[in-house]
This record gives sequence, structure tokens and C-alpha cells, in this order.
Amino acid sequence: MPAWVAILRGLGPRQITLRVGAPIIALVIALVITMILLRAAGVDPFNAMTSMIDYGTTSSSVVEILNRATGYYLSAIAVAIGFRMALFNIGVDGQYRMAAMLAAVLGGAVALPAPLGQILVIVAAMLVGGAWAAIAGLLKVTRGVSEVISTIMLNAIATGLIAYLLNPARLAEVRPGSNNVATPPIPESGQVPGFELAGGTVFGLIVLAVAVGIAFHVVINRTRFGYDLRISGLSLTAARASGVDSRRMIVTTMALSGVVAGLVGMPELLGASYQYSLNFPAGLGFTGIAIALLGRNNPFGIGLAALLFSFLDQSSDVLQLNDVPKEIVLVMQGTVVLTVVIVYELVRRFEIRLQQRAVAAELAAGHVIAGEKPAGGPE
Amino acid sequence: MSTTALAEPVPLRAAPGPGGFRLSRVLLFAAALLALLSLVRVITGADDITSSGTVGAALRLAVPIGLAALGGLWAERSGVVNIGLEGMMILGTWTGAWAGYQWGPWAGVVVGIIGGALGGLLHAAATVTFGVDHIVSGVAINILGLGLTQFLAGLLFDTGEAKALGGGPRQSPPVDAIKTVSLPVLSGGDIFGWRSPDALGWLERRHWLLVSDLAGLLRGLTAGISLLTLVAVALVPITFFVLWRTRFGLRVRSCGESPYAAESLGVSVYRMKYAAVVISGACAGLAGAFLVTVASPLYQDGQTGGRGYIGLAAMIFGNWRPGGLAGGAMLFGYADAMNLRSGGESVHALLLFVAVLLAIIAVWQWQRGRRSAGAIAFVAAALLLIWYWQSDTVPGELVSFTPHLTTLLVLSLASQRLRMPAADGLIYRRGEER
Repeated sequence: MPAWVAILRGLGPRQITLRVGAPIIALVIALVITMILLRAAGVDPFNAMTSMIDYGTTSSSVVEILNRATGYYLSAIAVAIGFRMALFNIGVDGQYRMAAMLAAVLGGAVALPAPLGQILVIVAAMLVGGAWAAIAGLLKVTRGVSEVISTIMLNAIATGLIAYLLNPARLAEVRPGSNNVATPPIPESGQVPGFELAGGTVFGLIVLAVAVGIAFHVVINRTRFGYDLRISGLSLTAARASGVDSRRMIVTTMALSGVVAGLVGMPELLGASYQYSLNFPAGLGFTGIAIALLGRNNPFGIGLAALLFSFLDQSSDVLQLNDVPKEIVLVMQGTVVLTVVIVYELVRRFEIRLQQRAVAAELAAGHVIAGEKPAGGPE
Repeated sequence: MSTTALAEPVPLRAAPGPGGFRLSRVLLFAAALLALLSLVRVITGADDITSSGTVGAALRLAVPIGLAALGGLWAERSGVVNIGLEGMMILGTWTGAWAGYQWGPWAGVVVGIIGGALGGLLHAAATVTFGVDHIVSGVAINILGLGLTQFLAGLLFDTGEAKALGGGPRQSPPVDAIKTVSLPVLSGGDIFGWRSPDALGWLERRHWLLVSDLAGLLRGLTAGISLLTLVAVALVPITFFVLWRTRFGLRVRSCGESPYAAESLGVSVYRMKYAAVVISGACAGLAGAFLVTVASPLYQDGQTGGRGYIGLAAMIFGNWRPGGLAGGAMLFGYADAMNLRSGGESVHALLLFVAVLLAIIAVWQWQRGRRSAGAIAFVAAALLLIWYWQSDTVPGELVSFTPHLTTLLVLSLASQRLRMPAADGLIYRRGEER
């Protein structure tokens, strides 16, 4: 594998240690803080941890973890697309809920033969998510509105619109025997069957998530568009100087992020619930931000981070039995994000200092460094 | 709608300087809006749109938004974007309720402020000391604030004495409400136990054009006002004074405009930023404490309902100035109050109000030569009028995001006229000017 070799050479042994070491250090710090909290809650932290691991590795838990991680993964990829261009898409939450609801309505209304129905629903969700996100992109390039604020506002607007539309008088119906309001169910021909694994069913669309991850990797690292995107993220002025239309890049990237965000609800919708109801999972967009940060916007890292978050969610159920509120997981996740970004920042500065020192040493030794790799760090 | 916002007396007087409005013009503007609102009320018969009850509720709902906005102002004036206001507010609700149910509401206020300030300290440590991206740190603090309070609520409110008093995993025991006061003679306040007449209330009940509206407005701002509301309202001019009239304020603002210039003049930028962000967190914490001691008498999970974000929006709406953000908070509070109190019918009446307002703007823009802007405003006015005639009520779900939609519209229409601090959101490292 020549790509591997090139990457290894480019990084050097010290950089690899830092790249892999940084998230591990952050995780350890977060773990220590969580254990102190558990201790304060009057529980033996080591006991709690082992019971979490025991419970989290049972076969039914593993299926649950994989399923939950699918949504997390897609959400984090959507966030990461924006991050790679220094765009902050906080609106993934609104985008995927909007997309899932409207796609669910479409899927419940139209009955098509097997592959067409699913494709229709998925494409519709992608379009809705992309369009909702593109609003923020357009506002940014035409009116100079920060995407952070506009996506937060669009989240609230999406919540209101969904509440308005998810009403028996409009697009939804009341489920008899419960208070739940839901869109008409998607017929069996439009559902995506799962894989049987260890007595449970893993979402069939987990394949889609993996495909999206691979596509993300290829597009970002192997295409002209991906190159423009990364350059724009590093320096918008440099990108503009090299002929990148930054306005179009911003709208395209935002829309692309929204397209992937539109997929976030699909595994659940087509693989388990078959309808959008009041208790359709919400908040995946915010978790996605944390996971993208932990995974350093890298498709493989995001995969590991998504599994970790999903594992924490699932295994924390056992804490409830020990009279520890399971919300400690949120504390752990928040701490992980904060420690991760702090450690990354420290490591980045450490690397710059190392490079500067290396350059200084070479200069002092009288070596010609022209033509060598520029030493300035990632800025 | 902005009648109430502009009629808010305190902050406007305190907003001179570049970008501020002349007081006389503002008052004229407010009077014109009130007249229009009054006319709409008489035509539609929706008496609630200017009733003292609505105005009072608007003020009560505006206070937490305004306090969060003040928090945002402090942080951003020092150059730190604080998107973690929501998390700090959540910390304020929990710590406020925790102290409040045990030692009374004022203890809750103090501890709530401390809780929020601790959140601010964390944000300052991450962004100033470690140089982390401000948005990333803010998002993490929002996650952390939510998780920590839910965890602690389950740990402390669901056991022993707290549970016996009515606590649970999602809520605290009730907190005593903070005392409310009314202005004597005009709004029926007490004078040494004697209940004085309620002159404004009498006027309001006559439903006369203009007079009753003005009476309702004034009574809403003077009757049944919590003492903490008074404190919160006072914080607006105090913030203005400290930030724009003291040496400390000048230093804080210089860090937000040009930290390296401030550094060259000997200002300790790190210390200023720390102070400003901790004050920012304290404001958000106070907003949370207000929710548990005035708005509802206990901590509940999900109580803040995104008000931290709306506060941020109000601050931007107010162009990073105390007077402006108070106006924005009042506008958003009014939209909330409309939705909560009488819902559909009143909002329906406001459709007419906004339509007329847009029509006036359309004519004005057209005359100034801005044909396309005028045409857009005219079409919007026409659409609103059609909506008004075709329906009897506006669904509450649609009203719920009025503040957010307003923010988006204001930002997209006026973003050229807004000016945020020049070094807002940039990472500053001492001695590393490039």
C-alpha cells in the first residue's frame, strides 16, 4: 500500500505518537473526571466501569450499539464536511429531522416496488436536508449572515414547522390506543430489511453509512473539489488566490453537509420505526458535533468515536440499576469533547515548537534548508 | 410589535454614541407604532395585544432573554464568542434551585449567579488560556451543562429530604417566589398596607383608542413586578455605564476590537477576557436563577428552552449594544407572551399590524429609490393581508419560532448595518501578533 507508506513517511514516528496519543490522553482525562464524579455519587467507580463494560458487550447490546452508531456516524460526517471547510453546521439537527419527517410522509403516501420506494425516500430526504442547509449557505454568501447563528435559528424554525405539520389535521394521524401522533406508516415494500446478528437486527442501512464514510474520504482526499474544500478551510484568501470560487464553495459545502444530514434519520426510519412520530430520536445533530471533533473530522476516527459514544449511551443503562443517574454519560461526552479539543490544541502548539526547534537547529548547523519541507505548522 | 420594545424607557436613554438613535426620534417612532397597534386593536377587537397582562408577561419572558443577551454582550465585547450561554443558563437554573429551596430565593439568585460564572470560567479557561475555538468550547459547555445538571438532579433531588419536598429526577423541590411590587396609586400598589387605587387598570378596562393602550402598556411595566426583574432591568444601564464609561470597560472593549493594540498599551488582555467571560457566565446564571425564582417556582429539565440562543440572537439584533439588545429581548418576550396568553387570535390581529408596517416600509423604500426592496416588502405585506383575511387564527406552532424567524430576517436585511467587535471570535495569543 503506497499511500500508507507515504503517510507514514510524511508523519514520522513522533507525529504518529502525537496523532494517536492525543485522543487517548483526552479520553483518559475524561475517564478520570467521570470516575471522580462516580466516586462522589457514592459508587465504586471501578465496579461501575466493569459492569458497564460487561453490559455493553452482551450480544443484544452490541446490536443496539451498532444501530445507534449508524445515525451518529452519518451525523458526524455531515458536521465534518462543514468543518473541513471551517464552516460550522450546527443545523444538522434541524436538517435531519425535517428531512426524515417529509421523507416519511412521502414514503407513507407512495407505494412503489422494492428498490424504487426506498430510493425515492432516501433521495427525498437528501434533497430536503440539502435544501434546508443551503438556506444557511445562501444567507452567508449573499447577506453575510454567520452560519452559526442562522443554523441555530433554522433548527428552532424546523422544530416549529415539524410540530405544525405533525398534526392529525395536516400530515399525520393519531395512533389508536396511545397519545402518539405519527405519519402514515411506510408499507413493507418500502422498508429496508436488516441483518440478523446475535439474535438482533442490525439496520440494513449501516451499509449506506459505511459507503458515505468511504465517499467522504475519497471526495475529500482524492478529488479536485475535495482539495478546493480543504484549501478553503485552511485559508479562504489563499483559496481565492488560486482561483476557487469561495462563494460557490460555501453554498455547495453547506448543501452537501445537509444532504448527508438528510440521511441521518434514514436507518431508523426505514429499518425500525417506519414512521416519523413524536418520539423519533432527536438531538443526533448535536452529538454529531462532539463525535466529529473527537474523530478529528477523519472518516475512520469518526467511526471509532461514534462507536464509543454509542457504547457509552447503551452501557450507561446499567448504572441506573446502581442508583447512578445515567445522565453521567452526557457529562462524560461533554468532558471528552472539551478535553479533546484542549489536548489537540496543546499538541498542535507542541508540534509547531518542535518544528521551529528543528529548523533553528539546522540553521545553527549551517544546513541549507531551502527545498526542504516548509516548517510552519498547519496554519 | 416593537412598540413595547422601544417604549422600554431605561436603556434607550443610555444608548448615545455612534450608531445610537436620538431620543426624540425614538420616542416619536414609539408613539407612531403604539398608535398603529392601538388602531389594529380597535379594528380587530383583540384587546389582549396591548393589555397590561400581555405586557407584564412579555417583560417577565424578556428578562431571561435579555440577561442572556447581556452575557453575550460582555463576552463578545471582549472578543470571545459565547455560544455556551445556554449551558451556563442551565447551570444557573440548577444551582439556583438547589440553593433556593434550602435557603430561600435570594440565596438561589446568588448561587445561580455563581453556577453560571463557573461555566463562564470554564469557557474562559478553554478559549483564553488554551486557545480553543470559541464555538467548539461553547458547544461542549452546552452539552456539559445539560449533562451535569441532569446528573446532579437525579443524584440530589431524587433522594431524602428533597424528594419529600417534591423533588424528582427531572425537577427540584419548589422554590419560594421572589416578592413582587406594584407602583402605588397608578397601578394599585400597597402603601403601608393600604391598597391604593389602580388608576391605570381602570383606564385600561375602558378600551379607549390610544389611552387604554398606553395605560395597559404602563400598567404592564409597573404592576406585579418582581424585585429581581427590577435588578435585571437595572443591569442594562449599569452594563452600559461600566462598558462605555469606565476605564475597565474601555479595556474590555479594546480587547474585543484590537487585542494586540491593547496589549501594546499595557492592558492584560488575558485578565480582561477572563473577567468579561466570567461576568458573561454570571449574567447567564442570573437568567437561569430568574427562571427558577420568578418565572416558575422550581428547576425543571429543559426549562431554558433555548433562551440562551435567543439571547445571543437578541444581542446581534441589538447590534452589540445594551439598549438595542434590551429592545430585541422585549420584542422576543412579546412574541412569547402572545403565544402563551391568548395564542392564535391575538397573533392573528398582529398579522394586520405587521402587514401595515410592511406596506409603510414598502412605500418608504420605493421613494428612496430602492425599488426591489420596496417591491419585496409590498409583496410580503400583500401575502400577510391575504393570510389575515383567509384565516381566523394563527397556529401556535408557527408562532413559537417568531423570534428565530425575526432574527434571520433582521440579519439578512440589516447585516450590513450591524457591526460586531472587530476581533470577535478570533483567538488571541499573547505576543504572537502576525
